[in-house]
Amino acid sequence: MKEAFKKAFPHTIQVLVGYLTLGSGFGILLSSIGYGPLWALLMSLTIFSGSSQYLCVELLALQVSLPSVALMTFIVNFRYMFYGLSMIDKFSGLNKIRPYLIFGLTDETYAIEANTRIPDGIKEKDFYLATTLLDHSYWLIGSLIGSTIGSIFTFNTEGIDFVMTALFVVLVVEQWMTADKHSPALIGFAITIICLIILGPDHFLIPSLLLICLILLLLEKKIGGQND
Amino acid sequence: MIRILHSLGIIIVMSAVTILLRYLPFIFFGRNNQPPQWLNYLGKYLPCAIMAFLVVYCLKDVSLFSSSHGIPEFVSVAVAAILHFWKKNPLLSIGISTALYMFLVQKIF
Repeated sequence: MKEAFKKAFPHTIQVLVGYLTLGSGFGILLSSIGYGPLWALLMSLTIFSGSSQYLCVELLALQVSLPSVALMTFIVNFRYMFYGLSMIDKFSGLNKIRPYLIFGLTDETYAIEANTRIPDGIKEKDFYLATTLLDHSYWLIGSLIGSTIGSIFTFNTEGIDFVMTALFVVLVVEQWMTADKHSPALIGFAITIICLIILGPDHFLIPSLLLICLILLLLEKKIGGQND
Repeated sequence: MIRILHSLGIIIVMSAVTILLRYLPFIFFGRNNQPPQWLNYLGKYLPCAIMAFLVVYCLKDVSLFSSSHGIPEFVSVAVAAILHFWKKNPLLSIGISTALYMFLVQKIF
């Protein structure tokens, strides 16, 4: 297993840098609404999903109702379902550690596990386990550093919440650069803005998420049919 | 106390739904049981639309008609997007645009 950690580590260096930074950002953001390191630890341990944990800070600040949290998480994290799909074969037969490997399928861990050839001399399952454990610990350490800094030092954090906006802007741009169709992103913008204008900032959330799903499904032939 | 309990509830629900989503394909699909076409289609195109939704969601409380007219927000969003198209480095785009936004709202507006 020690060997597996040694061989998996080089594949996770990018994630190390990313998670320490994004995790710290999350921790600082969380402490800015008065939730300290214990909360950060709990969230990073049990959720382990960057975009949702940033979103969760907002949901905690507003004390959003539990059904809304469930629906929002479901739609925002819908993509995770498709990571599992391509790992079904790779994870088959790994009974004991499989639940943890599935729990740890973040965007970045998935990218490593789906695209890396297993290094020579170590077992498949040890490589997956080492990668997941490394990534999870980077994320934990990052969020703990951030929330500790945020709780100890009192600096003017006004505007720190923009880190969440910036994260999602970056994700949109990444999708935009790699996607074969731009209409889904445009539909997302258009529907959300229209709902926001009509329903106002307190009531637009769920209707826009549902409308986005509905309209994408109605346009399946148009968007999905052309080059598949 | 109620706030603490409700906060725990929010975290538990978010964790449970996230785990459920990661688990679903392993429960329902396998080598001989492929997901339906419409589900694959949503899996491919929904994430782009949702990220766009999240950007608007983050900016939902910006008022165009009072105080700063949303100028710090739109300038910083533009900087984040342009930087990312140009340099493709997430940490750089997020770091610089957030620092810029904090400077704008603390010192200028």
